[in-house]
Amino acid sequence: MASTDISGDRGSASASWFYDPKVRGIVYQVLVFAGLVALVWWITSNTIENLHRANIASGYDFLNSRAGFDIGQTPVDYTSDSTYGRAFIIGMINTVIVAFAGVLTATIVGFLVGLGRLSHNWLIRKICMVYVEIFRNIPPLLVIFFWYFGVLSVLPQPRDSVDLPLGAFLNNRGIFLPRAVWGEGAGLIAIAILVAIVAIFLVRRWAWQRQMATGQPFPVLWTSVGLLIGLPLLAFIVTGFPLTWDIPELGRFNLRGGLQVKPEFLSLYLALSFYTAAFIAEIVRAGILGVAKGQTEASYALGLRPGQTSRLVIVPQAMRIVIPPLTSQYLNLTKNSSLAIAIGYPDLVAVGGTVLNQTGQAIEVVVIWMVVYLGLSLGTSLFMNWFNAKMALVER
Amino acid sequence: MKKQILTGVFGAAMLTVAASAASAATLDDVKAKGFVQCGVSTGLAGFSAPNDKGEWSGLDVDLCRAVASAIFDDPNAAKFSPLSAKERFTALQSGEVDMLPRNTTWTISRDTALGLNFRAVNYYDGQGFMINKKNLPDITSALQLSGAAVCVQAGTTTELNLADYFKANNMQYNPVVFEKLEEVNAAYDSGRCDVYTTDQSGLYGIRLTLKNPDDHMVLPEIISKEPLGPAVRQGDDQWFDIVSWTHFAMVAAEELGVTSANVEEMKSSANPDIKRLLGTEEGGKLGENLGLTNDWVVRIIKHVGNYGEAFERNVGSGSNLKISRGLNALWTKGGLQYAPPIR
Repeated sequence: MASTDISGDRGSASASWFYDPKVRGIVYQVLVFAGLVALVWWITSNTIENLHRANIASGYDFLNSRAGFDIGQTPVDYTSDSTYGRAFIIGMINTVIVAFAGVLTATIVGFLVGLGRLSHNWLIRKICMVYVEIFRNIPPLLVIFFWYFGVLSVLPQPRDSVDLPLGAFLNNRGIFLPRAVWGEGAGLIAIAILVAIVAIFLVRRWAWQRQMATGQPFPVLWTSVGLLIGLPLLAFIVTGFPLTWDIPELGRFNLRGGLQVKPEFLSLYLALSFYTAAFIAEIVRAGILGVAKGQTEASYALGLRPGQTSRLVIVPQAMRIVIPPLTSQYLNLTKNSSLAIAIGYPDLVAVGGTVLNQTGQAIEVVVIWMVVYLGLSLGTSLFMNWFNAKMALVER
Repeated sequence: MKKQILTGVFGAAMLTVAASAASAATLDDVKAKGFVQCGVSTGLAGFSAPNDKGEWSGLDVDLCRAVASAIFDDPNAAKFSPLSAKERFTALQSGEVDMLPRNTTWTISRDTALGLNFRAVNYYDGQGFMINKKNLPDITSALQLSGAAVCVQAGTTTELNLADYFKANNMQYNPVVFEKLEEVNAAYDSGRCDVYTTDQSGLYGIRLTLKNPDDHMVLPEIISKEPLGPAVRQGDDQWFDIVSWTHFAMVAAEELGVTSANVEEMKSSANPDIKRLLGTEEGGKLGENLGLTNDWVVRIIKHVGNYGEAFERNVGSGSNLKISRGLNALWTKGGLQYAPPIR
């Protein structure tokens, strides 16, 4: 009788709700959340009050006022009459340009070096190892300085430019390339390229289906190359060669005309590419080594040649290991591009810094910086996650 | 570099939480900590730069030392924070520095929207251009500069004047913009750009630091008004008065012929203007009204000297810069330096 009494007491909710882990958990979470909200509210209201007390104007109205300063590299129209908002957009585009070009080059160089580290050739293997160890162990800022002060700023003055083949020049103001000036009918060439790309997709699909059905392979690669070169060439001939070159020539101060690639962009781009490539090389090497040796042996046993083995068996499996850490490297490269400020490349941080100083809107500008970099990083992550899902092993 | 960015961001962060402390009476804070914290340039010869003994010196530094002398009777009760153009206002707003004698141009937007106050002008300047005359022998005027690459420091009024000047004269240019002065100097010296533009006094100072100073020439055009003066935070009138009147007292002392050499004997002068200035007037309490002692000007002149002495020592005939007084001569000698009456 006594024992049932005790168990009955224990079960009663009124005595023990405080000790119920579920209830406690909810209570703690509510308290923490309330504390967080209070903290954010306190910081925000305190900031607003302090700004008000210090007589500092705040808000984002300044984005619509005239900027008044010029920017060295303007991929879209911008003059000193444009707004601060537009200056930010220029800075953001410049960041995206250098990040995109950097990611592309870093990936290509990284894959080559990563494969090189696994080469059977002793010399290639060692060269790739030295490259990785050097660039991986130097801070990116120093790599940027190396390219800017060590390589590009010791080049000759415009008057004594180095002549490169095909009408290009090199001096301490950057590389000057002939600029293609397209004449009438050039649109047809662009259309031809698009048609070629679509045709390649269709051919690939048809060839794959045919191979699945009959087992007969089709030379997709050579057909694609032929289409990609042949169709635009045909359009080029039909429209009567609508292309002239704007070749740079020496003006009073500098070379005029042509396409100028400035040393600030070049050094940032080269530094970020070569720095990140060292990390990508190691990721690629790890990915390839991560595929079990039995896969290679099984593939040989099935009669595949070494080239086919790596293309059809090793690389697709290695990609599954490579892509997730690759995403981090792309994010790192994008964020490292903010080191541009050290050499005066007008990226988001450099342009934002000028805006900050001209308007004094420190907090607003810092928020814009954070939001843009967060957006770029989340965008890259989303794309890479989609790519990863596509490359993941499809079980049949 | 990274540290510089951090300081800026950290300054902004300080502003969000800690600014309430900075709006109290600056004079009391300064007295409590025992020194004046001044924001200066990262190294501009003649205005604020470390000398060969590693001590900060220059016209702006002397103004800071004058304020320290007036408060503590000690010119060394001053500490200096080198600030880039971008960091300077945040550092002042957040209370990291007490005053900003950093060759900073007084403009209406800085005076209002930034929450700063300007009144005294310790150097009247104007923006100019410098070129390498060995590379560009046929250029004699800024109007021939269309197409040039121009080196300029980010976030300055210089950058804005440059854009306006080239636009107004229908000329093209290619801005090469750096955040720090040393980076601009290095880029110009290595030939990255054809033209260097900043305040003309700065150009003369920078020219001396280049590899071959004689190859470079400052063009005659002055394209802007650049009144440079110390800035303080809005909302503390007492501190604003102390900083402004320290400069005015130095100008007034020059006008009345009071120098660091003769200030002790001038204390017994019978001239009523000098008696008021030096606080020897019977029952006068001009210094006390400022929150200082009545001999505040004696302290300033004894340790730092009058405006003319500071000018000649730092940028004038006693320095390497050899800049003439020009606009900075006393108003009685055709210049603009004019102190309101000290009475």
